[in-house]
Amino acid sequence: MILALDTPPIDWFALAPTLALLTAGALNLILAVLWPKSWKRPTTAVVCALGFAGAIVAAALLFSHSADGHGVIADVIQRDRLGALTAIIIAGAGILAIGTSYSEPMADDHIAEYYALLAWAGAGMVFLASASTLLTLFLGLEWFSISLYILCAIDRDLAGSLEAGLKYLIIGGFGSAMLLFGSALVYGATGRLEFGEIANVVQAQDLSGDALLVAGLALLIGGLGFKASAAPFHMWTPDVYEGAPTPVTAFMSAATKTVALVVTLRILVTAFPQEARLWTVTIAVIACASLAVGNLAALVQKGVKRMLAYSSISHAGFMLIAVASDNALGGRALLYYLIPYSAMSVGAFAVVATRERELNRPVTLDNLAGFGWERPLLGISMMTFMLGFAGFPLTGGFVGKFYVFAAAYEHGWIWLVIVGLAATAVSLYYYLGVIRAMYMRPTEELQLAPVGGSPPRELVLQSTVTAALVVTVGSFFAVQPLIHVAKEAAASLPF
Amino acid sequence: MSSGWLTTALILFPVAGALLLWVLPLRPFAVGSTALLFALVEVGLWIDSVAQFDFSQPGLQLDQRTSWFSDLHVSYHVGFYGFSIWLVGLTTVVLAAAIGYAFWAGRERPRAYYGLMLLLTGAIVGVFVAQDLLLFYVFWEAMLVPLYVLVGVWGGAGRLRATLVFVIYTMAGSLLMLASIIVLGLSQGTFDLVTSGTNGSDWIFLGFVAAFAVKAPLFPLHAWLPEAYRESSPEVAAVLSGVVSKAAAYGFLRIAIAKFPGPVSDFRTPILVLAACGLVYGSLLAFRAPDVRGVIAYSSLAQMGLITLGLFAVNDLGLNGAVLQMVNHGLISATLFLLAGGIERRTATGELALLGGMARGRPALATVLLTAGVIALAVPGSAAFAGEFAILAGVFQTGWGYAVVGAVAIVLAAMYILRLISAVLHDRVGSAVPEAALDLRPAELGVVVPLVAILLALSAWPAAITERSFVGSAANVVGRAAK
Repeated sequence: MILALDTPPIDWFALAPTLALLTAGALNLILAVLWPKSWKRPTTAVVCALGFAGAIVAAALLFSHSADGHGVIADVIQRDRLGALTAIIIAGAGILAIGTSYSEPMADDHIAEYYALLAWAGAGMVFLASASTLLTLFLGLEWFSISLYILCAIDRDLAGSLEAGLKYLIIGGFGSAMLLFGSALVYGATGRLEFGEIANVVQAQDLSGDALLVAGLALLIGGLGFKASAAPFHMWTPDVYEGAPTPVTAFMSAATKTVALVVTLRILVTAFPQEARLWTVTIAVIACASLAVGNLAALVQKGVKRMLAYSSISHAGFMLIAVASDNALGGRALLYYLIPYSAMSVGAFAVVATRERELNRPVTLDNLAGFGWERPLLGISMMTFMLGFAGFPLTGGFVGKFYVFAAAYEHGWIWLVIVGLAATAVSLYYYLGVIRAMYMRPTEELQLAPVGGSPPRELVLQSTVTAALVVTVGSFFAVQPLIHVAKEAAASLPF
Repeated sequence: MSSGWLTTALILFPVAGALLLWVLPLRPFAVGSTALLFALVEVGLWIDSVAQFDFSQPGLQLDQRTSWFSDLHVSYHVGFYGFSIWLVGLTTVVLAAAIGYAFWAGRERPRAYYGLMLLLTGAIVGVFVAQDLLLFYVFWEAMLVPLYVLVGVWGGAGRLRATLVFVIYTMAGSLLMLASIIVLGLSQGTFDLVTSGTNGSDWIFLGFVAAFAVKAPLFPLHAWLPEAYRESSPEVAAVLSGVVSKAAAYGFLRIAIAKFPGPVSDFRTPILVLAACGLVYGSLLAFRAPDVRGVIAYSSLAQMGLITLGLFAVNDLGLNGAVLQMVNHGLISATLFLLAGGIERRTATGELALLGGMARGRPALATVLLTAGVIALAVPGSAAFAGEFAILAGVFQTGWGYAVVGAVAIVLAAMYILRLISAVLHDRVGSAVPEAALDLRPAELGVVVPLVAILLALSAWPAAITERSFVGSAANVVGRAAK
């Protein structure tokens, strides 16, 4: 007997960004077996980049054709501009991460798998960005997390890589379990999986404040907090960022954070509008904790990767301020902030990656001495990224912070603005510390010699860093168009 | 071409010069001369804008406005008022002199150095012409970045500590200002300085005051000052004390006083008292300072106190005098710092105890230093006398006590300037002064003499500024800007 299943109509267009990345990943796995070894590295990188580029094109088309957001494929996926814009940011970070990976000295025998996993991680994130039920939420989350677990551990020659992968696996697994348990509780309370329906049921049955629902909400926030590396769910971040291959760290710091924060915003606003009084305060507290932990711990770091890891925790805090504001301006602020932030983050890690290759050891503030003068382009770029993180003008980081604070003010939380400003003041010390290390200390202070010869030209990496620089500075001047796009995307949510 | 483009050009031209220097692989000499050329053309642009400016018309002129992002009503809005055009003039002239001095003295890594100096020029001009709160903040911060690198890379041995203290202080103030800007702009629905109205919130006012008081600096927020002025190269110190401090005074005038009439009258007494304290305290410290730069640095603290006294008198005499004194002090302290640089080059020290007797056989140095010094101590007939007199007369109307303090401080100014002059030029020949130390070279004279010449011209005709800063009554103009 044939089991008759009702297959829902499938909107292939809505899935196109995900499919482009899945195809690229699959193609790379085939190449891994069939392709000559010496061609593998360039070919698979190009295929992966084409996959991300295809995702960008598809997402851009999707953006322009999804003015009215609606559920597709039996309502498990929300086809809207929020998902499309998030997909563009993720895929952009992906392309920059490929540029960072290109000259990474990784063993040739699993380079194709590396790019395949990168594409799949991207696919999972793009999928998750549009998830509109608890089921697809978990599916997308695990999808990209598993890819990232392997990516973190993929470089067996790198000390700490395996450890990073394992640590991320165990703690990430804990986070996923929290998310799953939270989903179960919410389902138990409302009997629905779809975000919109959860809100409707809570409204109809007057479930607001129900213990099961609130506990579920708390666990969901916690689970997503792990992925966004917000305090107090951040403890894996420094170790994993430090141990993982730098290009993977670059991708994680930009793309994982992007998707985790966007999904947090989406689920809170769509599924739990009745609990807004609870979760706005909770998110604000988490934001403050992240700002405190990230900034204070970053002050004492010697390793640049570790410092950037803590800085990424503090930026999760800044962006959560936008989420906590629970208004359209906050949504706009978050989506705008993510654009320069992703570029700066990947760019900064790319510069670290190149210095690592130059010295063949982890980059600390000490062995950055004189770097800015030796490599003018990378030095200027790194300086711009640091100034951007610190929120100086002429970078998008400034406008992003301005919007975040404006959103908090509009919510009526001036205290949150003050906390954010205080955190910014503290962060200056370590961001300017990098500039100090690069420019204000003579090269003679550098105690170790570079590996030998003049540094490699690394055209791909330099173009990557330049692209990140252009986005960082360009987003300062092109605020109007970017904010317009962010506004359209945030309009997908029922504020 | 609309005349507003001239204002934009004043900002963008030096920035374009900076980018050009960074991109083109020029030789060191070509880099320095190109930078100087850009700085001089910038002065020319300023002269053109003075020529186009109609001093009999009130309101904003040579303005240009384009929306930057519309949802929060932020725009690129620039333009000149009478008083701001003089401060822009001060900026272009002092920066040109500073770049000229650096060109003569020679700096390592010239492309980076001159590029940053030009970038700084554009940023400071931007502060003086910005008519949008957020744009003002953008230029305000953009000013800090090149300064940070200029002091941190080309400064003296203690530069790292000096830059750290400098940045922490200024950023603490700036971030409070940012909070104020956000609250003020969003609550008014516009960030435009021209169309926005006045505000009565004390907290917002204090946020702005914090930023300006640190940057000026105003007593007791001056802890960053001595180190920053001592550790930076002389031309950067000249820019810091001559121009950057005026950006703070301008902020008091354009934002704090014009936009917050209520809080100004609430906080006028504490601010005036602090300014008077700074005036006396700075003068005393200048009198006791052991080195040339210390004298100039602390005299700068004192002078900023005096200017603040004039501003917060909020009457015609005080405001006119303050604007004149801003230009005067900018030129004086730039001249003195550049001369201090010249002295340090010759003797490898700035310690007054090791200096002395430099007048003998060095007539040019003696003449220029004495002229600048005499103007600095506000000898009657000098530009500084006109400025200080107007300020004291203005603040006298607020409270005679302030005028008495100010008068005492002018006596103290005579003491520390004469001490400086006698310790450097006269007295016994100092142990650090080599017999072979040359008089001022033609290039140095070319840099310093124009500054002194402008001061002399202003001494002859201070009304050039005082009658062309505000149309009609100064206090009314500020009040009108506040409407």
